[in-house]
Amino acid sequence: MAYSQPHSRVSVLSTSSQSSVEHLSPAASSTRFSLPSIPATPGFQASRPAGVRPNIYDRNLNKTRITEVSGAAFTFLFSEVVQYTQKRVSGINDLERRLNTLGYRIGTRVLELMVWRTEAPSKAPKREIRFLPALMSIHTQVWRAVFGKPADAIEKSVENADEYMIIDNDPLIERYISVPKDMSQLSCSSFTAGIVEAVLDGLGFPARVTAHNTPTTQFPSRTTILIKLEKSVLEREEVLK
Amino acid sequence: MAIFSLWVINKAGGLVYQRNFAEGLAQLTSNEYLVLAGTLHGIHAITSRLSPMGSSSGAQVIESESFKMTILLTATATKFVLLTSLTEHNPDNVLQKVYEIYSDAVMKNPFHTPEMPIRSEGFDTRIAALIGTGQT
Repeated sequence: MAYSQPHSRVSVLSTSSQSSVEHLSPAASSTRFSLPSIPATPGFQASRPAGVRPNIYDRNLNKTRITEVSGAAFTFLFSEVVQYTQKRVSGINDLERRLNTLGYRIGTRVLELMVWRTEAPSKAPKREIRFLPALMSIHTQVWRAVFGKPADAIEKSVENADEYMIIDNDPLIERYISVPKDMSQLSCSSFTAGIVEAVLDGLGFPARVTAHNTPTTQFPSRTTILIKLEKSVLEREEVLK
Repeated sequence: MAIFSLWVINKAGGLVYQRNFAEGLAQLTSNEYLVLAGTLHGIHAITSRLSPMGSSSGAQVIESESFKMTILLTATATKFVLLTSLTEHNPDNVLQKVYEIYSDAVMKNPFHTPEMPIRSEGFDTRIAALIGTGQT
């Protein structure tokens, strides 16, 4: 019984629409004003003014110069992202984890787009398989694609062989953010850490990436992106040597 | 040639930011500042209706013998008030820059609640860079 009801409803709908079409088509031939909307639709699309920008999915992926996003619009959006996330978490760690997850989703796309843009025109496309060149390309190319400038430094941890750091003296996404004193542990660059983690994962270097505030007097918002590689990566690096 | 004080008044007439930069004006308690800001808000609302030519932006400068008050009203009804000496040459320009700093360091800061007192480190440092440090 419950099954037959939607069936009958669907059939009623389809027959009624069919009949209305049959009803309308003779009317179209007999009176001029009966169907104003149907010929108008294609006509309207054809007469779209030339200045209208195409849909974002129809634009050329490789043209980057005119497709930059307004910095103010981005900061407002990111500010809302942080506020939205903050309302739904219980603590700073949770907030950082969520920002990391959001960044991860962007990182997967950044890697795909970046490889497409840099390797597509080349005759022998290549892919980074060693860790240090991959880290260098994150430091310069990923940073340039996402923030418009390369990061400021790469460091290797002295104590732990599996830890590397990317340092940004003035992270774009934190430029206007003042973290209150009671949350001083929070680094909104966890978002950037998520992007880095996704790119590393995509290149085959699984790692845990976190962001830490390391302010200096000259750069109060200096941030360190800490990369902790998985053991398998280090073992593979040994074999490739 | 001195900037004495900067106030930011929210659209409900509450004082959300107040900072002194130079000696020269009598020190008031924070409660007195709040009352003064609320009164200014009321005066401003009345002056904006006084114009015989229809709507008006309200009082822009209030001058006394020893200091003047320059008021910038934004599109969102936040008011920036600068207390300066009479000879200060371009208070409007300073206020415009303060507005710019406000929209950068306060409105884009996810940890600021609209219409609440401004407790943003970025705002403080940028204002200090613009006007100079001073005792709060």
